[in-house]
Order: sequence, then structure tokens, then C-alpha cells
Amino acid sequence: MPSDPVHARQGGTAPPSAARRPRRLLRNLTAKIAAIPMVLTAMVVFLGGTVWTVTYSFTNSKLLPRAEFVGLAQYERLWATRRWVVSIENLAIYGLCSLVFSLVIGFVLAALLDQKIRYESAFRTILLYPFALSFIVTGLVWQWILNPEFGVQSIIRAMGFEGFAFDPLYNPDIAIFGILIAGLWQGTGLIMVLMLAGLRGIDGEIWKASRVDGIPAWKTYIFIIVPMMRPVFITALVLITSGIVKLYDLVVAQTGGGPGIATEVPAKYVYDYMFGGQNLGQGFAASTMMLLAVAIVVIPWAMLEFGGKRRG
Amino acid sequence: MNHIRRILAATSALGALAALPAAAADLEVTHWWTSGGEAAAVAEFARIFEEKTEHTWVDGAIAGSGNTARPIMISRITGGDPMGATQFNHGRQAEELVEAGLMRDLTDIAEAGHWRDVVNPPSLLDSCTLDGRIYCVPVNIHSWQWLWLSEKAYADAGVPVPTTWEEFVAAAPALEAAGKVPLALGQQAWQMSGLFATLMISLLPDDIYLGVYRDKDEEIAAGADVAGIFAALDTARKMAAKSTVQDWNQATNMVITGEAGGQVMGDWAQGEFAMAGQVAGEDYHCLPGLGDKDILTTGGDAFYFPKLRDDDMADAQADLAEVIISPEAQVAFSLKKGSLPVRGDVDLDAANACMRKGLAILASGEALPDTNQLIDSDTRTQIEDLLVEFFADPSYAPEDAQKRFAGIIGNAL
Repeated sequence: MPSDPVHARQGGTAPPSAARRPRRLLRNLTAKIAAIPMVLTAMVVFLGGTVWTVTYSFTNSKLLPRAEFVGLAQYERLWATRRWVVSIENLAIYGLCSLVFSLVIGFVLAALLDQKIRYESAFRTILLYPFALSFIVTGLVWQWILNPEFGVQSIIRAMGFEGFAFDPLYNPDIAIFGILIAGLWQGTGLIMVLMLAGLRGIDGEIWKASRVDGIPAWKTYIFIIVPMMRPVFITALVLITSGIVKLYDLVVAQTGGGPGIATEVPAKYVYDYMFGGQNLGQGFAASTMMLLAVAIVVIPWAMLEFGGKRRG
Repeated sequence: MNHIRRILAATSALGALAALPAAAADLEVTHWWTSGGEAAAVAEFARIFEEKTEHTWVDGAIAGSGNTARPIMISRITGGDPMGATQFNHGRQAEELVEAGLMRDLTDIAEAGHWRDVVNPPSLLDSCTLDGRIYCVPVNIHSWQWLWLSEKAYADAGVPVPTTWEEFVAAAPALEAAGKVPLALGQQAWQMSGLFATLMISLLPDDIYLGVYRDKDEEIAAGADVAGIFAALDTARKMAAKSTVQDWNQATNMVITGEAGGQVMGDWAQGEFAMAGQVAGEDYHCLPGLGDKDILTTGGDAFYFPKLRDDDMADAQADLAEVIISPEAQVAFSLKKGSLPVRGDVDLDAANACMRKGLAILASGEALPDTNQLIDSDTRTQIEDLLVEFFADPSYAPEDAQKRFAGIIGNAL
């Protein structure tokens, strides 16, 4: 039902005009008092925790935090460590592919589901279902599926294709793609549902108009519908990126970082050195670099997104 | 309504009754003993603890390996949710927890039980000692330097069972021709680093091992002797190329079934052979010091007791410490696990041929400290990262690996 009027209007409501300047401090005092715990939590737990972590990344803390500052030594060691560099490369590959494929596959699936097909809700449920599973379960399931002795490879070989080889998790060069497959399987359903909601929000009149003008459906999607779905895409983008940076449990369940160090990721480095290696300083330095990476991506985007709106 | 109230009253009365014999406590003990032989051994501790005292043993086994379990234990202790007692390896793994005052001082119990006199070798107790105070109970002695060989694999391949590492390497082509894996090796980092240290201890003079691991001498680590070890490691990598199992006991199982020729693994592997009903000297063979040198390291496990506020729990901790080191528990545990007891004065009549070899070496004093007693977890993790990469990537040259190893040793504390 792409022409549902209730959904169609949602995108277009303008915020009420803020013409009258409120007396800032006293206005809505109860609400402000009620907000104090939240503000304190944000300041102490999130901001305070971040500052503390960054500070202690400049120390030589081992198992317990210790304020003996050693300058940039932890960072020098971090970037001289092969495992860390491989982790960053893996995250870049996984991140880029996961971003592109999640958006593309999610959108295509949503567009297909949006064709007024029969049993739509059944398909929607099937495609969204993997999202209900945790990464640990997903990882274990795909570890079995991709296992050459029990999974896809053995089934296809049993069908008569003796030369068939498909064992991404055991080949260091492509193991990260084995993780990617599992990640996409788990996460694409959610993106699809978001996209579907976005598509349902598009006014049916637009479709009618484009049909009258004789524009092919694929062109309508790419040049009209997708730009109109910008807010949905941004939501999807944020969800996918946050999933990329925190990638950890999937790797642990599926490969444990192996073969060798072929599927190591930064979050795993942080954990292994903080707790396994009993070297908090090194773990903090690594997590600070992760924070920095997120900041580099998020800050320009946030400035574009929110800064731009205020000016316009 | 009345009904519910009556049930509530009954349960609280029951609760009060249960709480009455004040001293009884549920003591949670965390450890990573989860393979067949290990689980059977730890069950002996639980049995004796519950027989001898009125406390209850709550088993907190953490599956995976020490590398999985230790972070969980440490974060529980530092996070204010300590267990009653926990396993660590002898040495530096719990060093900072002790320094931070999170572990209970056991000196009084140790003096009452004359641990100084009974624990053999005394270096085990030294590893538990910080500034003259004792913080842990040695549980068992483990040594890494064992080569386990399968009688069946060599019989199938038609070659005699090797008696040294060199013969073991020389027999590899015959095993491969018979469709067997010459060296079983689990794909976990600690198994690789154990193999590496074992090669260094068994194939080189003692002072090289001590120079590298104890004195952290970068020059020795980069020297020609250690280069030979990396070459041997390269050979081992080729021999283990077809071994894809993960856990050490799966690798041991390859030796038990004759699928693999041998495995370099600590004496805890013996528990698996015993569980499978195999007889030492007939179905399997063991070579301490890889057959090249009569030497063992005396690492092992120890129990630490986090400081607890509850007095009942503290009593239970003290009782457990006494039980663990009692001759009865030591014998029962060691026989099941294949490890050696920490007491020099117990009677191990039931010990098999392999355990006797180990006891004889210990009695002759040919013992070195374990790597865990010499390097800290940070250095250990770095060496493991290096070796796991080395074993996964056949193109990783031994020379490059040695250069990186020397760098790690040079930076170690």
C-alpha cells in the first residue's frame, strides 16, 4: 500500500515556529530538574569515562590503572604491531563492503517486497528473522555452514561436483569475507525493513506522475525515490556504521581471529590486551584510536547534517 | 491469599533453618579444567572438600582455555564480584591482583600446615610468595616438555617409535606416506607458544632458555642458537600443516586414535590417555624433554583466594586451602589429571610409567621455572600473537619471526 496517506504526510510536517524567545533557565523548570540525572549520567559515565580512558592511554598501566605517564609509548607500540595494522585493514574491508552491500541488498529487497506481492508479511518475517539472533549464534551457525567438511562445500561435493571448493574461513586471504557473509545475513533484514518503511512513506502520486511521464521504474527509484528517502538512508547508515566499529562477537564465534591473525579486528585487540595481556595502557591506546576513527567519520557528517539544517 | 502467605512463611522458615549451621558456605571455585581428564580430577577435589567439611563446592568451570577464562576471572575480581577461589597458573598471572591487595593472605594457614616443608620443589611456593607473605596454594606441578607418541601410528607406518626429537622429525615422511599427520597441534596460540618454549628448553642448554625468558636478553634471543629453534619450529609447522583441530585434547585424541604420530603437550595430556583406557609404554609412549634432555619445567596451577567480607566464606576458603594441599586430595587429583603432586612426601604407588619418569626427573633436581613464572601476560600475549601468525602463514620466514621475537623479548619487563 504505497499510497497510505497517514504515512505519506509524516515526512512533510514542519516544526512549530520558535519565534518567541523563552526565558531560558526558568522555563519548564520541572522538566529540567527531571533531566538532571540524565545529564549527569551523560557527563560522568560517557564523557568522563572517555576522558579517563584517553588519559590512561598515556600511562604504562598493566592489570590495574596506574598514573605513571609514558607519553606516546603505547601508541608507538600499537602502530608497530602487525596484528593491530591487520585489524585496521580488516575493519576497513569489512566496513566498506558491509556498508555498500547492506544498503544495496536492503534497498533491493525492500523494493522487491514493495511490488504488492502475495504473502509479503511471510517474506518480511523470513528476511528479518536472522536479526533476532545474536552475533554469537550467527557466528556459530555460519562457522558450520562454511566448514568444508560439514557445510556447503561437502553438500555440493556430495551432489557430484567433486572439484567444488568453498572454504572462506580456512583461507587467510578471504577469511574476512566469510565473516562479512554472516554479518550481512544477520543485518540486512533490518535495513530492508527500514527501507520498506521509507518506501511506504513515498506518496503514491509520485509514482503516478512518473508513470504518466513514461519514466522507467528503475530510473524513478534511483533519481526520485532514493533522494526522497534521505532520512531513512541516514538512519540506516548510522546503524550499519555503529555495527561495523563494534564488530567483535561475530569474529570470536566464527573464527576466533584466525586463521592466524587473518580476521582480527580492533575491538578484539582491545579486549585481548586489556584482559588477556593484562596491559590496560595498550588496550586504552587501541580503544582511543577506535574512538578517533569514529570521530573522524561522525564529526564531519554531523556538522553537515545538523549544521546545515540550522543555516537553511 | 492465606495460601500464599503460608507458603511464604514456610519457605522463610526453611531458609532460616538452612542458615542455622552457621559455618556451612557455598564456595564458588572457578577454573578452566574442562577436558575429560581434568574434569574428573577436579571432581575429586569437590568430593573430598564436601566430605571433609560441611561446605558446598560450587563448580565454576569456564570452557575454552586459560586465555578465555583468565579475563573473566580477573574482571570478576577487579569488578567487585569475587568468587570463593580461583585457579591461576603459578607465577605472574595474578601478580598485580596480589599487589593491589585483592587476594587473601594465606601465610597463617601455610605456617600452620608447614607448607614450607612439604611443598617440593620449593620454587612453587616462592611463586606464591610476595614480600614474604603467601598468597596461593600450589595445586599441582605441570611440565610442558613431553612428546606423546602413538604406538599405532608408527606401527601402521612401519617405522620404529622415535626416542628423540631428531628421530621424530626423520620419521615424519614415513607417517605422511601412510596418510597420517606427523605432529598433532591444536590451532590455539598457547599451544604454539608451549611448543616453542619446549623446543628451546629441550634442544638447547638451560642458560639459553633462562637468558631469553628470565634475563630478557635480546642478543641471545636474536642469536644463532635461537635461530636453530626457529628452524625447528619451521619444521614443526610443516609437520603439523594438516592438523586443523582447535583444542589440545582434540589433538591428543589424534594421537590416541593413531591418526597422528605425536603431540608436544604438557603432562596433563596423560589424563586423556588414561580416560581412553590406554596404557603407558604399550599404547602410547612419552618422552620427557622431547627425549633429548632429562629436563622438566615446574609450572602448574595454583589456587588463589580473593578477599571476601563474609566470615563464613572466609572459613570455607581456609578449609579448601587445607584440603587442596592434603596428601589425600593431592594423590586423588594427580592420578586423574596426570600431573605431579606438589608434595614431596606422598605415596604414588598407582603412578604409571610416564609419571614415574617425571617424578624421577624432579627428584634428581633437573627442573627449570616455567615460562609463566618468568614473563608477564603482556609479553606472553605478544609471543602468542607472533606464533599464531607464524603457524598460519607458511610464507612467514623463520628469520623474520626471530627478529620480531627478539624485539618482544627486548621490550619485556
